[in-house]
Amino acid sequence: MESANIEKLIKKYLEGNTSLQEETTLKNYFTKGIVAPHLQEYQTLFTYFVTAKEESYLKTIELSPLKKSKRNYLWLSIVASIALLVGVFVGKQQYEEYQQKQEAERLFAELSKGLKLISTNLQKGEQAVASLYTLENTVNKIVK
Amino acid sequence: MNQSDFLKVVLPFKDKVFRLAKRLLVSTEEAEDAIQELYFKLWKSKDKIVEYKNVEAFAMTMTKNYCYDRLKSKQASNLTLVHSNYLEKDTALYKKVEYQDSLSIVHQLIEKLPDQQKIIIQLRDIEEYDLEEIGKMVDMKPTAVRVALSRARKTIREELIKKHNYGIS
Repeated sequence: MESANIEKLIKKYLEGNTSLQEETTLKNYFTKGIVAPHLQEYQTLFTYFVTAKEESYLKTIELSPLKKSKRNYLWLSIVASIALLVGVFVGKQQYEEYQQKQEAERLFAELSKGLKLISTNLQKGEQAVASLYTLENTVNKIVK
Repeated sequence: MNQSDFLKVVLPFKDKVFRLAKRLLVSTEEAEDAIQELYFKLWKSKDKIVEYKNVEAFAMTMTKNYCYDRLKSKQASNLTLVHSNYLEKDTALYKKVEYQDSLSIVHQLIEKLPDQQKIIIQLRDIEEYDLEEIGKMVDMKPTAVRVALSRARKTIREELIKKHNYGIS
């Protein structure tokens, strides 16, 4: 009687009309109980389905380590390129400033050298003019 | 979503995706690579995962597509030869060692099915999903899934009966 029921289920099964529950019934019948001889070819099939479900993935799944280092490299490269960019800009500015300063210092030194020259020469002239004054005064005294 | 949350969502179906990948790619190593790849991808899009109602179905679809890609690229390259050689050796070994083991016959019969039927048999008869879920995973209507399923089951049964009658098993 049971095998008649199972036969019916198998027919349904082949048409793809069995529910999951009915398929479980089939699996149980073929793996646990004694199988009627005319249904034996199905036994391997259902036993296979049940055993195939036992296989599992044993390796550990690696997520973060590889992923993390990848990301770190990305950030590192971004940061490095920004630093390089900023460095070049700042360096260029500094260099220009330094050059300007040097130029100004040179100009200042030249200018002050020139001014000093003028001032010493002027001083000489003033002394000469001062002696002229004393000469004029004595001449005036004598003439009067 | 941090790592432990992610793993809680994603680990329960690791065996299922692994078995599907192995069903399609045959070799265990390739299937392991596929799973590793799958979990990388899932982890990368972990923020989107929260929005999916059915991560499992999504992962199944991803696995299926990934395996198809692998198979396609293998067909296009020299690897095909290497791989099929390896395969033949493997089955020859099977034949010697455990040909009496009728379970491996079922395994081989499923292997001979077209890829789509292979997936559907795997998802239905081994993993026990209902037809609608399978439809979502393989992007087919449930009725079409049922037809393919019925076809695959009948093919397997016929082959099995043939083998039975020849008295090989």
